[in-house]
Amino acid sequence: MTLGPHAAFIVAAYAAALAVVIGLISWVIADHAAQRRLLAELETRGVTRRSNKEAA
Amino acid sequence: MALIDLANPARFLALTARILPWLATATVVVFAIGLYLVWFVAPDDYQMGAVVKIMFIHVPNAWLAMGVWAVMCIASIGTLVWRHPLADVAAKAAAPLGAAFTFLALLTGSLWGRPMWGTYWVWDARLTSVLVLFLMYLGVMALWRTVDDPSRAARAAAILTLVGAINLPIIKFSVDWWNTLHQPASLLRMGGPAIHPSILTPLLVMALAFLLLFFTLHLAAMRNEILRRRVRTMWLMQAHAAS
Repeated sequence: MTLGPHAAFIVAAYAAALAVVIGLISWVIADHAAQRRLLAELETRGVTRRSNKEAA
Repeated sequence: MALIDLANPARFLALTARILPWLATATVVVFAIGLYLVWFVAPDDYQMGAVVKIMFIHVPNAWLAMGVWAVMCIASIGTLVWRHPLADVAAKAAAPLGAAFTFLALLTGSLWGRPMWGTYWVWDARLTSVLVLFLMYLGVMALWRTVDDPSRAARAAAILTLVGAINLPIIKFSVDWWNTLHQPASLLRMGGPAIHPSILTPLLVMALAFLLLFFTLHLAAMRNEILRRRVRTMWLMQAHAAS
């Protein structure tokens, strides 16, 4: 497989796509971890949601 | 489970937890098939040569750039008309993804344009209207950040999104209405696709892969947004109890 004289443009396009996709996945995973951590901290402090109190 | 049950965020979270692993797996599998077809099966184009490989990421991202805005429009109608609890969550979660896909469409188009057109950029109607779409995504994201109250932010963002929908037909038909350097539609056109199946098949597989990626990331981002609102509610309750 040869990419011809414009190989740098092809490789740059795929590298950029890979970087953006990895960035999006990392953002979603990091955001989820952050929200989970904040929820856990609040629950440790005894703050519970109204629906949780009603369920209890 | 009835569809209306999904309006309940707790049920939506439970469903998301079950669906996400399968969706993520399907995304990886379809990407693997698509990339294999692109790099080992699809021939070079008789005019573009190997540069046609850029089209396999440019075209799906260009479709998603418009498709995600259409999803945000549907969600915005849900916010303004039915005040559906998940509608503004869906719209807010989709905006950064749409911005990323639009950015990739612009960047890969530019990297294709330099060897094929001799320039990275021209101010023709198609390229300019897609750049406007990218700026509109950034505008909606900025609007969400500037208004503290999520329900007020949702209504403002929904109105901006629906007004911005006027740009979608402009993007689609710009190549017909104006004399552009960007070529006319070669797939979604009267008379059927003008692309040979040896290139069309990998293109459609890659489009499916990016679509699955969007579904996966959108569900995950919606889950995060629901959790963010729970955190906000609990902070407010804590502040209320303290005062």
